[in-house]
Amino acid sequence: MDSTVASTGTEGKTWGGGNRPLKASYGKLMMWFFLVSDSLTFSGFLAAYGFARFKFVNEWPIADEVFTHVPFLHGQELPMIYVAFMTFILIMSSVTMVLAVDAGHHMNKAKVTLYMFLTVIGGLIFLGSQAWEWKTFIQGDYGAVQTNAGNIIQFGEYVTEDGVEKFKRISIDDFAAVQESDRVAHERKNGLWFTEEATLPPYTVDEMYSGLVANENLRVRTQFLDEDGHKTVLSREESLKHLKNNGKLVVKGANLKVNEYGPTLFADLFFFITGFHGFHVSIGVLLNIIIFFNVVLGTYERRGSYEMVEKVGLYWHFVDLVWVFVFTFFYLV
Amino acid sequence: MAQEHKLAIFRGRWKFKSNTHKIWGVLALLSFVTAIEVILGIYKPDILMHTWMDPVQGSGFFATVANIILSPIVYMKPLNFIFILLTIVKAYYITWDFMHVRDEVGSLRKMIVWTGVFLICYLVFIILQEGGYVFEAYHGDDSIITHDF
Repeated sequence: MDSTVASTGTEGKTWGGGNRPLKASYGKLMMWFFLVSDSLTFSGFLAAYGFARFKFVNEWPIADEVFTHVPFLHGQELPMIYVAFMTFILIMSSVTMVLAVDAGHHMNKAKVTLYMFLTVIGGLIFLGSQAWEWKTFIQGDYGAVQTNAGNIIQFGEYVTEDGVEKFKRISIDDFAAVQESDRVAHERKNGLWFTEEATLPPYTVDEMYSGLVANENLRVRTQFLDEDGHKTVLSREESLKHLKNNGKLVVKGANLKVNEYGPTLFADLFFFITGFHGFHVSIGVLLNIIIFFNVVLGTYERRGSYEMVEKVGLYWHFVDLVWVFVFTFFYLV
Repeated sequence: MAQEHKLAIFRGRWKFKSNTHKIWGVLALLSFVTAIEVILGIYKPDILMHTWMDPVQGSGFFATVANIILSPIVYMKPLNFIFILLTIVKAYYITWDFMHVRDEVGSLRKMIVWTGVFLICYLVFIILQEGGYVFEAYHGDDSIITHDF
């Protein structure tokens, strides 16, 4: 007796198998499912960024004052230019990717190879740019002092340029009065072996205070915004009093515990969100390289379809899409 | 095995000869929108830096609902509102033309967009609504928290 079912009798019917719901292949649908869920992850992060801003609504850093550096143009304040460049690089590599997909539809191996190569190069340029952005952010700019409440206060003086009086930031390196001190960082080798200490700040608060007293033009700028949306600059007397009473820690640059630009959460979210996006870009570059070699080896030529390029292309465009939102919420809003 | 592509954007107002032309056209559009964002971000025109309408007064149910619905206008600076709108425009063209959603069947399009838009709107709503509570706790008139020291 024949106990195996050789035929279901449903060939050619809806449930007989072999048809493609939504007229998309399995792989492409699964890529879309992943992208939709990943977009929820990113929107959760960006919404958390929005949430954090409510708490520090009057003292959130102004992006144009934080991200002002451009490579090779040292000392100039050029807000937005560098991130605009990064955005353009990523959009451009999206374009080469979609051109590769298009060439794949025409089974043109030479063109797919060229465009995949350019896409990988674009991704690498973007990653390099982001590494430079991080380096600049971590090293810091002018330095600041953290107060007892965890607020950041910065230093500068009023100068008149082209007949307009404006507040010019001064680096802590330029006015700190260095004093002799025996204080050295505690290491495992010169103290308790089971504990160690983080790197000491470049100056003590006392050194900052002496420097402030010695330079009579210097003022303290707090992070709180006034009615015009500018950070509040204290008077000379208030500056001295504020630093003397509330100064706690000298901060240079940014890390996960302190940052000289404003609330620590700003740096945390910056590292976390751009880092998570950069991680996605790295994975994208890796996938693109794999696809590139598969194209060169003729795998898809033999398979008769370049759909794999299209699927990885979807991921790559998604990375670009996320960057568009990160760009808006970190650098513009 | 050339696939079918819809070769027009702006609801058919801008037509292209081939898919490659369309890609370059969309690149031009995205670059243009980004350029507007960057220029607005650098110069920040004064007129866009203050809200044009005040929140509806009162603490009743309808005032609360009205403020939630009108929140992009009454709580957000027009400049930020413009940035978010332009971002959504860019997101539309990236998904529609680069990710070929324009060429997919309608049901796949709806499956992706409606799910994403609904869940993201919900997520953003609950998180930012609670952000409003945190704002009141720190900055409201009856707040007993200070961190100005």
